Amino acid sequence: MIDPRNWTPAQTAAFMAKRRSRNLALGLVLGALVLLFFGITIVRMVKL
Amino acid sequence: MAVSISTVAAPEGVSFADWRDYYALLKPRVMSLVVFSSACALWTAPGHLNGFLAFVAILCVAVGAGAAGALNQWYEADIDALMKRTADRPLPAGRISSGEALAFGVALAVGSVAVMGLAVGWLAALILAGSILFYVVIYTVWLKRRTPQNIVVGGAAGAFPPLIGWAAVTGDVSALPWFMFAIIFLWTPPHFWSLALFMEADYSKAGVPMLPVTDGAAATRRQILLYSLVLVVVSIVPWALGLAGWIYGTTTAVLGGLFMVHAVGVYRNRATVAADMGPEKRLFKFSLLYLFMLFAALVVDHLALT
Repeated sequence: MIDPRNWTPAQTAAFMAKRRSRNLALGLVLGALVLLFFGITIVRMVKL
Repeated sequence: MAVSISTVAAPEGVSFADWRDYYALLKPRVMSLVVFSSACALWTAPGHLNGFLAFVAILCVAVGAGAAGALNQWYEADIDALMKRTADRPLPAGRISSGEALAFGVALAVGSVAVMGLAVGWLAALILAGSILFYVVIYTVWLKRRTPQNIVVGGAAGAFPPLIGWAAVTGDVSALPWFMFAIIFLWTPPHFWSLALFMEADYSKAGVPMLPVTDGAAATRRQILLYSLVLVVVSIVPWALGLAGWIYGTTTAVLGGLFMVHAVGVYRNRATVAADMGPEKRLFKFSLLYLFMLFAALVVDHLALT
């Protein structure tokens, strides 16, 4: 792997943009999972 | 001059994947059919499932199908790189590493089965696990590179979702979902062989023994006609046995007739180059419409007549 200090400015910008996009998507997925498990818990509790 | 981020080459060993690449790993177009067929079974099944749990069941089927798609792409990256249609997928294009794809697929598979089991029911979870394993192990690893019957047996993997949807509601599996299974199972060969006919060069280059590659176009067209005939007959059986009403019966009769018209068009075509394979391309597109319309009719029939 090339040392990040040797990346071109374009490569650094591209890496940051892609990482930001991945992290945003992961955050949304984790938030959705919290809501999903909360919903399942409520529904199952009501059913019981 | 501004440099487009998507055109910048990633340094070796660095992931330049974004969320779209992970989404592409899920094979979203295949997922839509899987979700639709399981949702139709879920709507048609007798009994009641809480609306939120029904949503969870469909979500688990979608994620499970996506996991199977990711694991399929993980295993097939070498042949995907050789085919024009698949060369730009995230793995052969180098945007996602093999290890990342494997971990992503396994995590989604385990997660979808576990949530299905805990939230909805363990029979539905068991069938979901079986369908993922069937697609990855039986179809992708075992059959796809070994036999021209890969699509025939592998078709079962895509046929499981109605069983899952039905089991999610009732906790068991009765005759109608098995007919839905049979319809998807018999629909798969004409659908994929028509694609394989006009993509034959790609499959041949990648060394995938699809029927047009091993047995030629004429034999494939004959098999398409035979499977189409059996598909059309089996599609009408649920109505004949009283498992579905006249809306489904009428729809399947009309759609079946149109399917046979397309299949006969393919059978009579003698083209050897993709550019002249209009009937094959039309059958490929119509077969998608056929399955969606058939299952939609089953749901409408159930909602209208019960």
